[in-house]
Amino acid sequence: MAYDYAPFPYIAPPGLTAPEPRHPVVIVGAGPIGLAMAVDLALHGVKSVVLDDNNVVSVGSRAICWAKRTLEIFDRLGVGDRMLEKGVTWKVGRNFFGKDEVYNFDLLPEPGHKYPAFINLQQYYVEQYLVERALEFPDLIDIRFLNKVTNHTDHGTHVSLEVETPDGPYTLETDWYIACDGAGSATRKRMELPFEGQTFEEHFLIVDVEMETSPFGDDNTPERWFWFAPPFHPGQSALLHKQPDNIYRIDLQLGPETDPKAEATEEKVLPRIKAIIGDTPFRLDWMSVYKFRCAKLDRFVHNRVLFVGDSGHVVSPFGARGGNGGIQDVDNLGWKLANVLNANAPAALIETYNEERTHGSAENILNSTRATNFMTPKSPIETIFRDEVLNLATTHPFARKLINSGRLSRPCSLADMSLQTQGDAPVRPGDALVDAPLRGPDGDTWLISEVQGKFTLLGFGDTQLPNIDGITRVGINSRAEYKCFNATDDHALQRYGIDTIYLLRPDGHVCAVFDTLDIKAITAAYQHAKGT
Amino acid sequence: MALQDKLAGNGDAFYSALMDIHEGLSEAQSHALNARLVLIMANEIADLDTLKNLFKAARDAGQNSK
Ligand SMILES: Cc1cc2nc3c(=O)[nH]c(=O)nc-3n(C[C@H](O)[C@H](O)[C@H](O)COP(=O)(O)OP(=O)(O)OC[C@H]3O[C@@H](n4cnc5c(N)ncnc54)[C@H](O)[C@@H]3O)c2cc1C
Repeated sequence: MAYDYAPFPYIAPPGLTAPEPRHPVVIVGAGPIGLAMAVDLALHGVKSVVLDDNNVVSVGSRAICWAKRTLEIFDRLGVGDRMLEKGVTWKVGRNFFGKDEVYNFDLLPEPGHKYPAFINLQQYYVEQYLVERALEFPDLIDIRFLNKVTNHTDHGTHVSLEVETPDGPYTLETDWYIACDGAGSATRKRMELPFEGQTFEEHFLIVDVEMETSPFGDDNTPERWFWFAPPFHPGQSALLHKQPDNIYRIDLQLGPETDPKAEATEEKVLPRIKAIIGDTPFRLDWMSVYKFRCAKLDRFVHNRVLFVGDSGHVVSPFGARGGNGGIQDVDNLGWKLANVLNANAPAALIETYNEERTHGSAENILNSTRATNFMTPKSPIETIFRDEVLNLATTHPFARKLINSGRLSRPCSLADMSLQTQGDAPVRPGDALVDAPLRGPDGDTWLISEVQGKFTLLGFGDTQLPNIDGITRVGINSRAEYKCFNATDDHALQRYGIDTIYLLRPDGHVCAVFDTLDIKAITAAYQHAKGT
Repeated sequence: MALQDKLAGNGDAFYSALMDIHEGLSEAQSHALNARLVLIMANEIADLDTLKNLFKAARDAGQNSK
């Protein structure tokens, strides 16, 4: 059944009749990133106004593939369980060359994690869940649909905006302006910021179809199938992937010399789909023709204007790093901005958002560019190399490693960046925390549910953690006056060791590790991680 | 004989560097470059038995070439 795009109500904003007091945060754009940003800030007690020029969730799915780290962040934001329940968990990927399978991989789930490596879930569901979550904070989040930002001016200490509504224009003032206005960001264009990178010449047809019969065979196991030069689509690549509600995503490379308008018609698309799935009845749910690019801003922080999500960086979708990368931006910025607004940290802390996430997005761009280049060879010689890698891969494991149909998003390491204190441990400073099952006073739980969202000191066994203002303490296999858990099946002990004390940031990244209980060192690392 | 991965996580970086050295060359120039590469790499591998095994692996995989 097709998704029901119920419009969100427009309510005339107060600014139309009288000037509004200056807001601490205005978020421009209620895509997945803007919405997640508002929820994250609300969880830190920060108020925001979210403005969107539209009043429905993403039309057509766009993002479908959500990575484990993203789901762990969504867990903290309060929508992870819902996403997991609705989403399709897949683990087998098959790569074909021509009609033959050359290689398959199993993202064999390691036991002892709440979330799998990936789920597939349409972007409209993610946005719907986030809107519903945001509405649970009526005192903190003020979402305004059909409010289009038409101009903004940075006054040094604050930003003013002009907003267009069905009832006419009004103005707003804010301490911080967060641009979540997507790949075509008007904010970025107004500021004339260069957005540089690589545009790929190839066009891709992206289609979602609904069908009862699984193309993956009788047991209906969701898989990811990727073809290089399949018989049904000679010389190009193709992808087939399952989403909830019996919706299947099909990507077809169309080559550089295509007319996107002519291609995105039923007349052209239906035969292409039939060539893949045969005579099975299906319904066309959504289609679009894209040319992809990988590009980013040099800086994500421009005084009081902060770029988060696609407004700051875009990638080709092979590797699913767009939305996933944006959610990591949110995770990184939320606690920093909250600390600055609550006067717990200097404004300079915001600069580390720039440092850490330009690094993260450069990594995403590198991986997405390489995948796209492998899939779409630009010259005869590149085609020869690509094809011979595929030929070697049937026999030789080394060549399988070179096949690149998208290196799916992994958590970004912030090792050696300025907020971390150097050290060595099984989970290193800069790494995102590794989940593990726990048993506590209230029953079974997960490490990610217990330590994210606040600075946490994590200790194991006999270690008695010191009480430091601003830091929550959590003990594993310990007995103490603070909250303690047992490591189910020893997973936490195997992943973290028993001798190390970890200091975790609110975004779940390790910022320092300690072999001994040195209160001074812990306090120093904590202050350092807050940019003080 | 199945050749195992020895690039240890650097596969994508290697592949992209390999594509880069072909950038801007004609097809004939690229083939010549590949020939030089084979010669240079053979000299680095040095061991004749190993080289003969690799020649055979390359030739055999060519059976599938379309
Ligand atoms: C075909 C395709 C497949 C993809 N697959 C994946 C995937 O599998 N996994 C993944 O992680 N990512 C994927 N992506 C990328 C993902 O869709 C984007 O990264 C994501 O949508 C970015 O979210 P955003 O909130 O930054 O921007 P958007 O989703 O673009 O949202 C921007 C919002 O800002 C609003 N807006 C714009 N201008 C204004 C204005 N002036 N005033 C007010 N509001 C404004 C818009 O209406 C919109 O709601 C895919 C993308 C495509 C195209």
